[in-house]
Amino acid sequence: MNVLLASAGPSAYWYLTRSTGAVALVLLTFAIALGVIDVRRLSSPRWPRFVVDSLHRNVSLLAMVFLVIHILTSVLDSYAPISLLDAFIPFAGSYRPFWLGLGAVAFDLLLAVTITSLLRQRMGFQTWRAIHWLTYASWPIALLHGLGTGSDVKSAWLLALSIACIAIVIAAVLARVIDGWPANLRLRGAALGGAAAFSLFLLLWLPGGPLGSEWARRSGTPASLLGHSHTTTTADGSRR
Amino acid sequence: MSGRLRVNPIACEAHGMCAELLPERITLDEWGYPIVDGERLTPELIDHARRAARACPTFALLLEREEEGA
Amino acid sequence: MSASPSLTTEAWSLQTPMAAALPRILAGIPDHGAMDLDSHTAVHGPLPPDHKRRRRVESPLIGRIERARLGGRGGAGFPTATKLRAVWSARPPARGRAIVVVNAAEGEPASLKDRTLCESLPHLVLDGGELAAQAVGADELIVCVCESASASIRAISAAIAERDRPGGARARVRLVAVPSHYVAGQESALVNHLNGGPAKPTFTPPMIFEQGVRRRPTLVNNAETLAHIALIARHGSDWFRQLGTPAQPGSALITLSGPVAHPGVYEIEHGASLPSLIEAAGGTTAGVRGALLGGYAGSWIGKELMHGLALSNEHLAAHGASLGAGVVLLLSEDACPVAETARVARWLASESTGQCGPCVNGLDALAHTVEEIASGMAASRATQRIARLSSLVRRRGACGHPDGAVNFILSAFETFAPDFQDHARHGRCEACVSAELPLPVRMRDTAAAHELARAS
Repeated sequence: MNVLLASAGPSAYWYLTRSTGAVALVLLTFAIALGVIDVRRLSSPRWPRFVVDSLHRNVSLLAMVFLVIHILTSVLDSYAPISLLDAFIPFAGSYRPFWLGLGAVAFDLLLAVTITSLLRQRMGFQTWRAIHWLTYASWPIALLHGLGTGSDVKSAWLLALSIACIAIVIAAVLARVIDGWPANLRLRGAALGGAAAFSLFLLLWLPGGPLGSEWARRSGTPASLLGHSHTTTTADGSRR
Repeated sequence: MSGRLRVNPIACEAHGMCAELLPERITLDEWGYPIVDGERLTPELIDHARRAARACPTFALLLEREEEGA
Repeated sequence: MSASPSLTTEAWSLQTPMAAALPRILAGIPDHGAMDLDSHTAVHGPLPPDHKRRRRVESPLIGRIERARLGGRGGAGFPTATKLRAVWSARPPARGRAIVVVNAAEGEPASLKDRTLCESLPHLVLDGGELAAQAVGADELIVCVCESASASIRAISAAIAERDRPGGARARVRLVAVPSHYVAGQESALVNHLNGGPAKPTFTPPMIFEQGVRRRPTLVNNAETLAHIALIARHGSDWFRQLGTPAQPGSALITLSGPVAHPGVYEIEHGASLPSLIEAAGGTTAGVRGALLGGYAGSWIGKELMHGLALSNEHLAAHGASLGAGVVLLLSEDACPVAETARVARWLASESTGQCGPCVNGLDALAHTVEEIASGMAASRATQRIARLSSLVRRRGACGHPDGAVNFILSAFETFAPDFQDHARHGRCEACVSAELPLPVRMRDTAAAHELARAS
């Protein structure tokens, strides 16, 4: 059965899940950037405050839509053994459990943020805001999930995209830190240090990790799936 | 159905979206805080006022409903 | 908090031919220490018993207070009977019984009357609190005292212990210390503090008489108001109205300070003349430029108007003033009203709780402009800026603090207009260095501390 499937080539779901994952990451990046522009109260006559705020809310919702498609298609795709439960409960799956699990963690956090935002009116402002800050935690986790689980990591365009997104998020965090956020000085140092540490970690880990050899095996791909050609890419990034 | 607008000055953090969405009744002072005309809203403005109240990130803008003839 | 060193807390009573019934509140006040329960009962008689009433029937005390036209003595002068009635009728039993809060926080720097009551006449205050609790169906009485008023804390605690005996008060009584900030004694700030939050005002609705401490209907009364209630309950509204004016009957405690021989807390009847009060205090010790009435949210009266001034709200209203928290602060001719206004304006700005943008920004801008005018460095349109800022700040905060500050500053400009013009043109005068108006010295407020230290 597996052999039959393998020789049939990668399914549409497989392409969809990878592309929607990338789009979700880009949208989340823009959501964070717009959120920072929003809270920094930057605006112009052509881009009034309420437009920036609306855009932030809509881009975030759109990101969630793509995220849900990303999850559903990965479950429906029969290539990798991913169940719906793996989307919510981290680290229990059989396909690259740790890296997939990070996706579940990010999704759980974003679910909390989305639900609380839709039900803002029913909770205190301080509570809503505290939960909203989980977005800053969910983004790096989502990125690591993408780098660890994704099969396109070695392709140049995805790497370039990832680096661009990282730069935008770091710029967003810096823009807030410079403005005196968080108010607590120790937390602010932690935010700065966290951003620096994360960047450093990526620099050190990527070459020997997802960009290195045999990452599929090292990241926990089930043995039965190893060695199939469509988990690798050719030098020009085209798919086989 | 009509109403009046009121600001909760403690919740207000001067985001300024209310003034953009209802310039007929809300202007911003030199520090960015809203000056709200507390007069009864006309029917044309009610929907805009509702939108302005919903846009406030901190729920500081309140639309207080009044029944007709109240 | 410490007041200016020239203030003492001796309490004298004002005797006029009509006032054979004075002293009332200050009757029998001891020279030192607190009046104990036995002496209190000897002077005023026992606490009137609470007669059983049917559940929905209003206590007759509320009607008596209404006929006596008693107004709140915390500064706002709100009709006390109306307040009691609001708390009384706010009770669906499901929400729990009402709570009475005795407000002796007295954040007003120039006021000492509530401190005097707590230190020396605690049982009068506690009587009033107990009677109010009976009237609104409350089962809990909370006495709020400024955390730095250690003598008050001691006296009230001892008095509570004295009353704790079988057959004693039905309401549970406890003492809570509150921060000494200016706005901490504001009603919703007090309730906020009692609910475990900061001593900062809250947005209303919900109104305190409906949902206050622990979401129960709450009555907040000034300590002096309750002292009057304790006497009205014993002697009736007709007795209360034998003093004072028809519009504002009864007596009141006034804190008189400034260049007089014996500054301190006095009991006057409403409508008594300012000159007679000054005479009772031993007369002035220096020339007087004007009087501040009501406290730092109040208004100035110029020297020329002081002679015929009657101390009751209806008479003072004609001059744009009111008794407020019973503060009469005389300013000597050695002081500079412009410099004093600048000092107090800056202090009022620093006392903003910082919750409302218009208050924080507006009061700071106002203080800055007054300081510029005082030092002759003002821009040409500084006076217009004061007027504009004042209208920007009024009624845009969650409490009355910005309004009071604006009132104080504008009335200073009006009363001492020549001095302000003079400073705007020529800068500081020799009298600018003196710092007469009392402001609390706090550890973080080192600039004011240095000024006060230099002045005293």
